[in-house]
Amino acid sequence: MELRTMTAKELTTIVLAKEEIFILDVRNETDFNDWKIEGYGVDILNIPYFDLLDGVDDALDKIPDGKKLLVVCAKEGSSKFVAEQIVEAGRSNVYYLEGGMKSWSEHLEPVKVGELKDGGSLFQFVRVGKGCLSYMVISGGEAAVIDTARMTEVFEQFAREQGVQIKHTLDTHLHADHISGGRKLAENTGATYWLPPKDATEVTFNYEKLEEGRDITVGSTTIQIQPIYSPGHTIGSTSFIIDNQYLLTGDILFIESIGRPDLAGLAEDWVGDLRETLYTRYKELSSELIVLPAHFGKVTELGEGGRVMAKLSDLYQKNPGLNIGDEQDFRRTVTKNLPPQPNAYQEIRQTNMGKITPDEDKQREMEIGPNRCAVHDN
Amino acid sequence: MKTDMTVDTKGLACPMPIVKAKKALDSLEAGQIMEVLSTDKGSLNDFQAWVKQTKHELISHEEKDGVYTFYVRKI
Repeated sequence: MELRTMTAKELTTIVLAKEEIFILDVRNETDFNDWKIEGYGVDILNIPYFDLLDGVDDALDKIPDGKKLLVVCAKEGSSKFVAEQIVEAGRSNVYYLEGGMKSWSEHLEPVKVGELKDGGSLFQFVRVGKGCLSYMVISGGEAAVIDTARMTEVFEQFAREQGVQIKHTLDTHLHADHISGGRKLAENTGATYWLPPKDATEVTFNYEKLEEGRDITVGSTTIQIQPIYSPGHTIGSTSFIIDNQYLLTGDILFIESIGRPDLAGLAEDWVGDLRETLYTRYKELSSELIVLPAHFGKVTELGEGGRVMAKLSDLYQKNPGLNIGDEQDFRRTVTKNLPPQPNAYQEIRQTNMGKITPDEDKQREMEIGPNRCAVHDN
Repeated sequence: MKTDMTVDTKGLACPMPIVKAKKALDSLEAGQIMEVLSTDKGSLNDFQAWVKQTKHELISHEEKDGVYTFYVRKI
């Protein structure tokens, strides 16, 4: 019997396959309650490592024997410490999570969404641990990346494997829950970085303005990315229609919820914009469009193979945020009793504006926790 | 603050700061005060939670130049 390591990628495979796994999370109770590993087959127990310094006997009674056991902590040291004792106690099939919750937060899993009409394809990058979604449009040897995560190397590597050159990076809005990799990826690859100008009034760098009517073409086969001005989560929030098939909604519309308007401090002002976007502007679009959001909040939003997508017409039937008839009720829902804000969201916004440049460790720490960009988290 | 013991865990990562602090605390008499130095950022939350559940008293804690100092009185 020996202790084995599990990588964030291996754990992602287990979660997306809905395999059964028992997780012992040895972080403190506050950190655990704030954010933890979730999945259909995941059974999870929290006992802080400092409660297990005198031995793991009490914990063993609560851990089913025979099931795959994964011990996790913030970085990995404490999980290894506890897991070694569990192995010494005679248990088998024991793993610890390599790199801890930090690695879990950073892992990106690319999944193919579909083919584009004139050739080319669209990929979704699922950041399972944090609930963030990025996209890559590929056509005619070129690529565009939308809502790029901070881990830009993943996109560069993927583009190399696909034999394509990244020409554009686009952000649907100025993010508050994670650090955008859009600018860095553009710098590394010689691509053009696009941002909605209304979200970029304070940025310290050059960018191209994402505006309705200014279509972006990827490859020779004219896969158009058509920007649609759709304010509400931020004043500049812009959606994209790709290939007349897909609607990338950013943080305006999710599968089971809708975007919150308060993270830039102007909830009351932006409620009207949010309602207009969701109840009028999106309604004027084809209901056959496949919605691809920038986040998911719950594992129930993860579809087959981890894909997060749904037809716009289905969302108009099932998404509670699209079915609030009364305007006052809507106003209350999106401004009152909101979930807590994402960790370090003010500093994250400042970083995305280029006003501060924290080192990588600090950036990683700022991004810890769930995204919390939706109005209902539970 | 007058302390009876100093536990220096600077440079050590989780779980060692608390493992060492626990060992030291076990050797103290009731009423004595232990000072723990740590550079592990995660130690702040963990330390508070740990002392709370041991029923000993976390008198105070401070952070200076990346070093956290905790003062714990054994009950």
